[in-house]
Amino acid sequence: MNPDVGGATERVARQSYGKLIAFLAARSGDVPSSEDALSEALATALNVWPERGIPDNPEAWLLVTARRNLYGAARHANVRAAARDTITLAFEEAEERMNAGDPTFPDERLKLLFTCTHPAIDRSVHTPLMLQTVLGIDARTISQAFIVSPETMSQRLVRAKTKIREAHIPFAVPDRSVLPERLTSVLSAIYAAYGLGWDGLDGEDGKRNSLADEAIWLGRALLATMPQEPEAMGLLSLMLYCEARHTARRNADGHYVPLDEQNTTLWNAIMIAEADGLLRQAGTFDRFGPFQCQAAIQSVHAERRRSGATDWTALAMLYDALVLMKPTVGARVSQAAVIGRAQGATAGLHHLNQMAEGDIVSYQPYWAVRAHLLVGTGETKGAIMAYRTAIGLSDSSAIRNFLQERLDTLLADRS
Amino acid sequence: MQYALIIRESAEDFKRREDPAYKNGWIAYTQALVQAGIMTGGAGLTPPETATVVRRRGEDHDVQDGPFPEGKEQLGGFYLIDVPNLDAALEWAVRVPVSQHGSVEVRPRLQM
Repeated sequence: MNPDVGGATERVARQSYGKLIAFLAARSGDVPSSEDALSEALATALNVWPERGIPDNPEAWLLVTARRNLYGAARHANVRAAARDTITLAFEEAEERMNAGDPTFPDERLKLLFTCTHPAIDRSVHTPLMLQTVLGIDARTISQAFIVSPETMSQRLVRAKTKIREAHIPFAVPDRSVLPERLTSVLSAIYAAYGLGWDGLDGEDGKRNSLADEAIWLGRALLATMPQEPEAMGLLSLMLYCEARHTARRNADGHYVPLDEQNTTLWNAIMIAEADGLLRQAGTFDRFGPFQCQAAIQSVHAERRRSGATDWTALAMLYDALVLMKPTVGARVSQAAVIGRAQGATAGLHHLNQMAEGDIVSYQPYWAVRAHLLVGTGETKGAIMAYRTAIGLSDSSAIRNFLQERLDTLLADRS
Repeated sequence: MQYALIIRESAEDFKRREDPAYKNGWIAYTQALVQAGIMTGGAGLTPPETATVVRRRGEDHDVQDGPFPEGKEQLGGFYLIDVPNLDAALEWAVRVPVSQHGSVEVRPRLQM
């Protein structure tokens, strides 16, 4: 099979799959039954399409196949009687729409996205549920990304879907009064998915980034449906800034290159330009939020392409704002690193020392930043300890090697 | 809840043990476990060639030199850690600096 055809098939199938699940689940309130029928159809598509070509109307093809599966399953009484009727109705409605003069099929993935991130569902399942139902990513891949056993992940997903059905969690984009709060969950879940692609799955096997791509795609889909939401712009802008640097994060030997040592000519100028544009556009709404703030931080880093220097003072101000809005451990550690650059290592360390011990004991970036700042203040012994802890906490061998090189240099300088 | 992280290394990994890059990774990992306050035990083992195997055959004991490794991976050592649940144990397992040819098995300790 030509890998390009395989890749294109997977993409088309997955996009249609998410749309169809959303459509069916919005009517039946029953995610599992809709999924069973469709995932089987999707599996068939992935087998058949690369050979026979992608059909003109992939959604109609999947729907017809799924309906056949559903009726097959119904004969075996695997589908709950109540769900069967509603799903049958939904299929009829969907086919009617497809056969009508207007071939556009309603995209209701946004509703599904909001359902997956409903406050009644455990927060830790928001991202996995979204990845599985909206994007059709299988539970095994998701479990790897979240470092839990496949069984645990399946159980959590099943429990969440049952809850959606039993508790009648609505399939709807919430109305304006609660939208800001709910939108935050959706944005966070998308960003979490991006983060997993960014540092979780970029292992040495070279098949990095599929989750990151999916997250960017979700960000675009969200913004297309909610073009008036500056935080949705901020999130997409943020992801594009980060993604623009993807090829510069490793040198020719595959070694990790930290942001301020990256060769800026390797950054993707088109993505940066799009990110700049989105951030500027978001600013016109005059509703500043944490994602715009994080995008603004990345825009300062991106500016080094033109100016050749990083404005650490501007970064320190932006981190102040970010920590006010979202005092996460990650934001505070980054803030300390930036303060270390803007005001000196002692100021940065002072900041780190104020963090609570429980938050930082196994948080790798904390130890890496701490080590770096201790080198700056000449506390070599503490720096060696901190480097070792940071190395021990890394799950990426590229990061581990990078930190080990720094530690080796430090040890060599001392002796 | 205690879990054993059982580390299996490949023949190449056993040879790399004196390589500072490999060795330092283990030292750092162990330090991180201690620093996090979750390490309750463990040991590294010398390579499989140094092993002697005893088998009981009826009333006799059969003593043999070495396990004569057939598989790609051999037991290299283990850590015993105390963490709240399996997910936390898996998180630590991912950080074990074993090469792509090795593996880490996570097993709950038998409750007695």
